[in-house]
Amino acid sequence: MSLIGAPAVPAPRFEPQLARRKLAGTVFLGACMAAIALLLLALILLLYEVLTDGLPWLSLDFLTSFPSRRAERAGVLPALVGSLEIGVMVGLISFPLGVGAAVYLEEYARNTFATRVMRTNIANLAGVPSIIYGIFGLALFVRALGLGRSPLAAALTLALLILPVVIIATIEALRAVPDSQREAAYALGATRWQMVRRSVLPAAGPGILTGIILAMARAIGEAAPLIVVGAASFVTFLPNPLQTGFTVLPIQVFNWASRPQDAFQGIAAAAIIVLLLLMLLLNGLAIIVRARLSRHLQW
Amino acid sequence: MSATTYKPLVLHRPRSERVIELLLVGAASVGVLTTVGIVIVLLLEATQFFAFVNPIDFLTGTVWSASILPFRFGVIPLVTSTLEVALLGLVVAVPLGLLAAIYLAEYASVRTRTIIKPLLEILAGIPTIVLGFFALNFITPELLKPLLTSIGTFNMLSAGIVVGLLITPLIASLSEDALRAVPRGLREGAFAMAATRFEVVRKVVLPAALSGIMASIILAMSRAVGETMAVVLAMSFNPQLTINPLDQGGTMAAFIAQITAGDTPQDSLQFKALFAVALVLFAMTLGLNLISNRIVARFRNRYS
Repeated sequence: MSLIGAPAVPAPRFEPQLARRKLAGTVFLGACMAAIALLLLALILLLYEVLTDGLPWLSLDFLTSFPSRRAERAGVLPALVGSLEIGVMVGLISFPLGVGAAVYLEEYARNTFATRVMRTNIANLAGVPSIIYGIFGLALFVRALGLGRSPLAAALTLALLILPVVIIATIEALRAVPDSQREAAYALGATRWQMVRRSVLPAAGPGILTGIILAMARAIGEAAPLIVVGAASFVTFLPNPLQTGFTVLPIQVFNWASRPQDAFQGIAAAAIIVLLLLMLLLNGLAIIVRARLSRHLQW
Repeated sequence: MSATTYKPLVLHRPRSERVIELLLVGAASVGVLTTVGIVIVLLLEATQFFAFVNPIDFLTGTVWSASILPFRFGVIPLVTSTLEVALLGLVVAVPLGLLAAIYLAEYASVRTRTIIKPLLEILAGIPTIVLGFFALNFITPELLKPLLTSIGTFNMLSAGIVVGLLITPLIASLSEDALRAVPRGLREGAFAMAATRFEVVRKVVLPAALSGIMASIILAMSRAVGETMAVVLAMSFNPQLTINPLDQGGTMAAFIAQITAGDTPQDSLQFKALFAVALVLFAMTLGLNLISNRIVARFRNRYS
């Protein structure tokens, strides 16, 4: 192959080295599976730790008693009631706000500067740390609007916290409704609101409800914003939505877990079990809602 | 979308339609109002604090002593603790999350996906207080103390590990989306050139998805910086200027939680300090989020 006058240089042989390359691939796959196994292990260890620490302390007395200086007599009743109260209020507040905002952005808004600002704003709000929402809630709801350290102020603060999540979930649910439904409504002479209310919203309903229930589950697990808004440490009465003084499950856990005695760590774990069960219930409800209510949708 | 493509046939809009549209605009404005409100609140209250404490001393001071005389408000120890916990978290979360994402996007069968994705979602849904409990009752006593005997009950390492567990699902799911967005043609072209699957991932898919992956890492860092409860339980609050992960520290969010959980009177200097710290925290997370958005916007569609 050499040209006349040029030194003969043989072309390098291509070595496929298939075995070595495949080995590298297998090692990498092993690393991937090890990573996933590690995550699974961490989750299992966490649940194991919580269950072994907490189950001995879980009893009907625990669920129906008030906190006490003695760990043996302490219970989560005010925290449980507080969580349920605030959870329901959060759902009721964020439902109209979130769905309304999403409906406006998806069904009414033209692509103007203002609407683009609103959209990027929602994405940014989703990334603000929860404790900053607590500070905002402290300044606006507790102080400026004079609601004091009440469950209502807490619910408003948490509603703002989960609002971006609700809006995004609702937008996704609205986008899943095919345009043919909207066209059909218009063809029958509907106004825009009639179209939304009678055609789009019922169709997007299961997705919207699922989103709200999941957001509520997240709100119930929040502690940081409520610490700032003023959840109390030692609540010996049942919380009233408008009166000062309340506590929720995560705060009660925080309280007990901050004490060095093993007994308090135990009841903290028991309270965690109650909290996780509550969240599990809500997630299960969301799955059921989605499955049962979307049965009739045909497209 | 549908708002501009199709319009109703009505010739004049009844007043009820106008009212409803106004209500909906109001709902949509809550978002913008919240952002504006947060900025205003933080600036107003922080300015009150800066009337007593020089902002330069605040931003450059290396001693934070808000509860013990003499009062010093140098925010650097808080910032270094926050960053160190976040970085330790990333050290844990980036390998775990990225490897999991690559597995889910490139290797896993449909059946394996249906097992692993819920696992990640469960991990993502665990309240942060539970992770803090895990750090305090398992990671430090059972994992760290046997290995590093000089470590204390409250230390940055356990806070970092548990924050890492917290943000791994975020990195995993966002990176998986980025990997899935790479067009199939690129992979198939590489396979056609006799590349092994690992080589396809390493040389074609990962570089193509790199911007999305980097954005997810920065977003996860922002989340780690803002994390409160897990850090408060795992590390409590004892700000010192140190980078030793075996030491205790104090993050910005932990300070805010500490002050508001206690009996500090609301008009005291310590209480006002929390707004200044919150301002720094908000600026940091906002900055990280904006950088993340920029990366996605800038490098999107390079490979489409």
